[in-house]
Amino acid sequence: MNRYELKLDSLTKYFGRRLVFRDLNIEYSQCGIYGISGPNGSGKSTLLKIIAGISTPSKGKIIHTAEGKEIDTAEIHEHIGFVSPYLVLYEEFSCRENIEIMGKIRGIEPDEPHIARLLETFGLADRQNDRLKFYSSGMKQRMKFIFALLHKPALLILDEPTENLDNEGKNKIYELIKNYSASNIVLIASNEDSDLQLCTSSINLLEHK
Amino acid sequence: MKAYHLFRKDLFSEIRNRYAINSLAMFIIVTISVILFSVGEETISDYLSGGLYWVVVFFTGMSGLARVFVSEEERGTTLTLQLIARPETVLSGKLIFNLVLTLAMNIVITFLYSALFPAFVIKSLMLFFITFILGTLGIAISSTIIAAIISKAGSKGTLYPVLSFPILLPLILILINLTKISMDGTSFGEAIMDVLFLASYDVVMLSVSYLLFDFIWKD
Repeated sequence: MNRYELKLDSLTKYFGRRLVFRDLNIEYSQCGIYGISGPNGSGKSTLLKIIAGISTPSKGKIIHTAEGKEIDTAEIHEHIGFVSPYLVLYEEFSCRENIEIMGKIRGIEPDEPHIARLLETFGLADRQNDRLKFYSSGMKQRMKFIFALLHKPALLILDEPTENLDNEGKNKIYELIKNYSASNIVLIASNEDSDLQLCTSSINLLEHK
Repeated sequence: MKAYHLFRKDLFSEIRNRYAINSLAMFIIVTISVILFSVGEETISDYLSGGLYWVVVFFTGMSGLARVFVSEEERGTTLTLQLIARPETVLSGKLIFNLVLTLAMNIVITFLYSALFPAFVIKSLMLFFITFILGTLGIAISSTIIAAIISKAGSKGTLYPVLSFPILLPLILILINLTKISMDGTSFGEAIMDVLFLASYDVVMLSVSYLLFDFIWKD
């Protein structure tokens, strides 16, 4: 089990003069599934980007800790997996090429059994040599999960994780999230009731305006 | 090594998509043709041909070197890069790619230009070679950081040459001067101050790029 902790300390975000959310103080220290809800435009994706270290907060700070050591902002990407509707992978490359390229740029050794398991789990083993531009939107969504789980992150951040998926695909993702949350932290930002029902606790960003 | 793998990714992507190579090749042909047609039967002076050489390099660079970041932004893959690599790795990978592209572009321009303009005769080859290498480095470094800045802006196409002009102007002026000196056959020792200025420009631009990039790269 990973000893990973995430602390949001008085996190506030403005876009210009518009307040997105204010004074978020949350601590995630136990493995499990945690939800972030709120209507469109409430700042769910913005919050996830701040947690991922891609965006900066207007006030407050975010602290990632692994094995008791605080992680430098520049290294957060090594510990997180990220799935979102606005994540786009390299469509000129095949699924297999994307996996190899991402692994090499991350600096991780290819773990073939792990890659094969991911391809099998997400039903892309037969199409792994096809370029992503020939994939359906559901297949691209499943490819994003492979991208997020390739380096076995301690924190899995999911923004609208079941978008573009059919019922069978959704059920597979739910099963995977439940299994993964047994030894890791999973954050889900969604409007879908079925997504949020997986969560042990949830925050509503409307309450932080 | 991570930066090298990012460079390889960009290289294979370029081979498949031809984002920059086509526009650079077209621009080289068009710019040299325009100069040839405008000169016509007239004989241009040696110094003017040296100056026009760097004009061709500058405008060709403006047409294709921005693609290194703009293509990521337009395809929406910037987030992917942010999720797999540190900002320094991204800058280093993109810099290597632009360096290779600029070097290839300048070699092609030099050969074409030498073949088509008889007035372009270099007497001090050593000095020109150093000028060429340091100039290529300067153009690649400057255009990479400018590309990173403008990739976040709305009107990328017009902003790139506008922002590049004041940043590249001192570089282009010193390159034109050094080319003129190497056409005269002046020794390397006599041009040492200009060469040092050129090397300093490259070092300053490289340092500024690594200092600034973290702020540019994050939302």
